[in-house]
Amino acid sequence: MTRLTVNGVAEEVAATTVAQLLAARGIDPAARFLAVALNGAVVRRTSWDETALNSGDAVEIVRPLQGG
Amino acid sequence: MSSDDPFIIAGTTMASRLFVGSARYPNQQVMLDAMAAANPCMVTMSIRRISLEGYAESLVDLLGDRYPILPNTAGCVTARDAVLTAELAREALNTNWIKLELIGDRELLYPDVEQLVHAADELVRKGFVVLPYCNDDPVTCRKLADVGCSAVMPLGSLIGSGRGVANPGGIELICARSPVPVVLDAGIGTASDAALAMELGCDAVMVDTAIAKSHDPVRMAGGMKAAVEAGRLARLAGRIPKRNMAEPSSPQLGLVGT
Repeated sequence: MTRLTVNGVAEEVAATTVAQLLAARGIDPAARFLAVALNGAVVRRTSWDETALNSGDAVEIVRPLQGG
Repeated sequence: MSSDDPFIIAGTTMASRLFVGSARYPNQQVMLDAMAAANPCMVTMSIRRISLEGYAESLVDLLGDRYPILPNTAGCVTARDAVLTAELAREALNTNWIKLELIGDRELLYPDVEQLVHAADELVRKGFVVLPYCNDDPVTCRKLADVGCSAVMPLGSLIGSGRGVANPGGIELICARSPVPVVLDAGIGTASDAALAMELGCDAVMVDTAIAKSHDPVRMAGGMKAAVEAGRLARLAGRIPKRNMAEPSSPQLGLVGT
């Protein structure tokens, strides 16, 4: 298992790549307007498949919402 | 908007002089109808963590085809978080435009100028078109223009306060001296506030709460559109000077009884 902080919440996951993490969340990787950061750096959509997750990593998964 | 009075930011001709936020509407349909009435040149959105349960329908699906989306960094309190949020917004929305907000006080939502200039500088270097929400202070606005911001967005008054343009003299000075477009952001309460901002020389106005939380957002959106256009026309026309004494408008010659 991989110990991650996902959107600020610590947890253990089986996923070992960004794409697997999204899939395990029920997030369609083809969904538009998603963005992911790993340890403070954006992971481009084209790299989700090959970007490995390691214990201690911090992942942010975001999308646009209402705003002023 | 008339073609002989274009409003241009970073080489892009905008469709109107009104930016509208997408937050705080009673429901989605009212928001869409209000947008149609306002004819915004851009619609602002925030970037937020998704709920870990899954991914719901995106607001961008509803708005993105009709209006350019301007993502913001609302709520960020450090330059580092704001820069990352801007980069996430660029990835999510495929736009390099960012409304940069750096908050120095969570109750007042007042900008943190030091962090703001720093983040703006970094984002400009990274290729962003940066529109910073900033103080109504000509020096801050000049510093932001100096680091390459494409416009400045001084606050009229506190975000969501509806107190209008609290410092009209300051806004007028900023407009007179700014080398980049000035978009009055924050504090607009009603249509006359937007008209005043335009009369003071602002190139555009940004409104969210004043439309969304009004009793009839669709009607208020139309009011804001009309106010921005009216204020712009008055600005271009050039107002008469204020006088201390009356000056009759009807001719004095031929007055009955003289």
